[in-house]
Amino acid sequence: MGAETVKVNDFAIHVATVNGSGSQSSNNVLMRSIFRMGIPVGGKNLFPSNIQGLPTWFTIRVNKDGWVARKVASEILICMNDQTYVEDVKALEPGAFVIHHDHMNIEAIRKDVVSISVPFSKLIAEACPEARLRKLAVNMVYVGVVAEFLGITDEAIGLAMAQQFKTKQKVIDLNKAALAAGRNYVKSSLSHIRMPLKVEAMDGTQGKILIEGNAAAALGAIFAGCSVVSWYPITPSTSLVDFFQEFSERFRVDPQTKEKNFAILQAEDELAAIGMVLGASWMGARAMTATSGPGISLMSEFIGYAYFAEIPAVVVDVQRVGPSTGLPTRTAQGDVLFAATLGHGDTKHLLLFPGNVREVYEFTAQAFDLAERFQTPVLVMSDLDLGMNFHMADPFPYLSKAPDRGKVLTDEDGDKLATWMRYGDPDGDGIPYRTLPGMKDPRGVYFTRGSGHNAKAAYTEKGSEYVEVMNRLSKKFETAKAAVPQPILTGSGTQKIGVIAYGSSDDPMLEALHLLKKEYQLSADYLRVRAFPFSGEVEKFIAAHEIVYVVEQNRDAQMASLLRMEASISAHAGKLKSIVHFDGLPIHARLIANQIFVSEESRKNLVRVA
Amino acid sequence: MLTPNRVGLTKKEYGGAASTLCTGCGHDSITLHIISAFYELNIEPNRVAKFSGIGCSSKTPAYFLSRAHGFNSVHGRMQSVATGAAAANRHMINIAVSGDGDTASIGMGQFVHVLRRNLPLLYVVENNGVYGLTKGQFSATSDRGSAMKKGDVNKFESIDLCSMAIDLGCGFVGRSFSGDAKQMVPLLKGGLRHRGLAFLDVISPCITFNNHEGSTKSYKFMKDNHQLIHEIGFVPSYTPIEVDYAPGTVKTVQLPDGSHITLKKIERDYDPTNRKAALDLLVEAEEKGIFLTGLFYVDPNSVPFQDVEKLSQTPLVEMSMDTLRPPESVLTEIMNELK
Repeated sequence: MGAETVKVNDFAIHVATVNGSGSQSSNNVLMRSIFRMGIPVGGKNLFPSNIQGLPTWFTIRVNKDGWVARKVASEILICMNDQTYVEDVKALEPGAFVIHHDHMNIEAIRKDVVSISVPFSKLIAEACPEARLRKLAVNMVYVGVVAEFLGITDEAIGLAMAQQFKTKQKVIDLNKAALAAGRNYVKSSLSHIRMPLKVEAMDGTQGKILIEGNAAAALGAIFAGCSVVSWYPITPSTSLVDFFQEFSERFRVDPQTKEKNFAILQAEDELAAIGMVLGASWMGARAMTATSGPGISLMSEFIGYAYFAEIPAVVVDVQRVGPSTGLPTRTAQGDVLFAATLGHGDTKHLLLFPGNVREVYEFTAQAFDLAERFQTPVLVMSDLDLGMNFHMADPFPYLSKAPDRGKVLTDEDGDKLATWMRYGDPDGDGIPYRTLPGMKDPRGVYFTRGSGHNAKAAYTEKGSEYVEVMNRLSKKFETAKAAVPQPILTGSGTQKIGVIAYGSSDDPMLEALHLLKKEYQLSADYLRVRAFPFSGEVEKFIAAHEIVYVVEQNRDAQMASLLRMEASISAHAGKLKSIVHFDGLPIHARLIANQIFVSEESRKNLVRVA
Repeated sequence: MLTPNRVGLTKKEYGGAASTLCTGCGHDSITLHIISAFYELNIEPNRVAKFSGIGCSSKTPAYFLSRAHGFNSVHGRMQSVATGAAAANRHMINIAVSGDGDTASIGMGQFVHVLRRNLPLLYVVENNGVYGLTKGQFSATSDRGSAMKKGDVNKFESIDLCSMAIDLGCGFVGRSFSGDAKQMVPLLKGGLRHRGLAFLDVISPCITFNNHEGSTKSYKFMKDNHQLIHEIGFVPSYTPIEVDYAPGTVKTVQLPDGSHITLKKIERDYDPTNRKAALDLLVEAEEKGIFLTGLFYVDPNSVPFQDVEKLSQTPLVEMSMDTLRPPESVLTEIMNELK
């Protein structure tokens, strides 16, 4: 970075702290204060599977053009962790600024970065008379240092603090004192350092919200009328149920009677969590669970049951790195292939791939409509990056469309009940009618089972009756193709190069297209797949391009495999080329752009050789 | 069979599909007792939800109350399904039928937790101490020292589900024998009226795989070693009849809905509301090798799950979507907080 050019609203700040030291609120205040100045930001938390003591990092990307996905190199590093600062400094690009404790000797590690030594311990001792609060409050000193260097206004910080600490005036006063200590130190002792990175107020965040995907999913469930949530705590899905509980207790408790119109069941394990969803859905409630990979493994038995016995179920899978326990606090799109056919025997499930927080909200809500319409499990495939990191979005719209409760017969449907078969196909779309417990008319009562059953729901071991049910289930899955979220095309559709990506890869993918054009003069069409089963558009897109890069965050190119499994797509399988990233950190634009560029160069050479 | 009860249904109308279990199976007797209990309590079948797991026992909900929806779930996981269903609709009367494998082995995890949650659920284990459908392996309730049909002797301790249930705070725990209609029907009726989880361990000999010499769950063994702790009568709340037992030999326990369970003491002065005494009784019986039946423990002040959780009195499934979904103003308020 040339020290002379001023870089406005385009850089990243990497904060290295110790887990459990209270840095999260300071980082939130720092991020939100920049956001409050109208500048697009994204916040990514890189944390250990630990409660207290291990290293944790928070990266705030500031970008006037709205590119706020992960960026590998940060221009500013804040070193608050003695254990990691040597490695953290080594990873920097030349010219980066290192704000650090005065006992750390940065110049001994590297001479090509700018060392900004701050006596944090001394400053906080002066600003905070209560010794026990210093460990927490010291984090606000670095916010003050950064704010002074970058030009973050006190007004913006005041708003962010009010949001973070609500009405706790004592906490706000303490943090303001710590902040001022940081600012004053820059003014008094660091005026010799030239800081070319600046923030300038703009209007890029007007009216926007900053939200974690797990909060968005909780809102989707609440505004879809979900009344039963069962779960077993697991990172990174835990906060989803925490948000559901927080919002529900605020807004869904009768003010007079104090009675709840929702039930949250903390299960003994994920086997039970999904069993509770099935029981509640079978009874007629909208029910869901939230989990991650290890929970999905345990749920496979009941998900297979729900597929075969045709019971609605909504599962939000906030994916993390597997296999097994894997990296519990790192992100991946590693459950795609497993989830698509979860369970033994022939099974296929509806998967939704939200690409941003707005879609996490909408798809979670839509999952209830789809689950009830198709009487089958629906898995919302979120991930840690979407679920636990902060993303900007326009305020979510209210879901004014009436919920689709699907095909349900009641005691009022006398005539239909005369010929009703629980697993029949009267409408020719593969979707049967169900009835709910409590029904008075005995003609509408049936016995739900995961064992072989015929169209009338009676036990059967007859091959022909089993085949009839299984073929109808396939037909139902075909019908679902038109009902699930359809893919979105970015670009003219006429380029030679096509790209398919999904889920949390969307932001980096869009940025990668921008980089490809700007730096490599390459244009590509981008199709974002948003659901399984795939619509016909996906096949058309692949057919219409010379090569299609499938970008995803797992080792085995799971989406590409799923695409190849589709009969119509398998004819074009040779066109699919995978770009994968699976080190547990979110995929980034530079990686995608570089890999496409390198591949395109070698394709050109191949053509020349031929 | 043809006399209608108060809700206008004959006993036959509480029946179900024809049983496919072995002729003479203890489970079929239990099915008949369940039918009697529902019929005699005048419960409308549509108010009932039936649950089961996998195994011979778990097939039986198809053989009673065909006018009630049933959920034959997966092996050892019926408890969670019943939990979700009960949370969603607090007006249903829930009955679960499980087996010793389905509860004490593969279902132990969920069994323990369904007890803790105290759902309104009558949970019946049809306990034959053997895996019948897979042709005769020991189960976790097979007594140590008992023999398999082909001669192998069980080397491991058996699990006493009743002691476990009492220990975990279950508010209604009893044991009976499939052939004892006089004891079982009142126990089932009491269980159905109990506010919370009622657990009944019913010894039900497997006439094919566990009815031989050396088995401790055979008809002969049960007949020779079975000891009732009391005779039981059940008095529904709406039938204010006089209890005709002589004072000093009768214990009446009032259930929260106003109905009563009457226990006639035979062997000893036994107070079924004393949890510690119940546990002592079971340990003592085990040491003596006596097989006790009866109502071991009842907590008349049991608070069911829905009340602990302060769920709405209106079942969640009966609330309209307009009631369940907060209005647009709520979303706007939340969105403003996130700006």
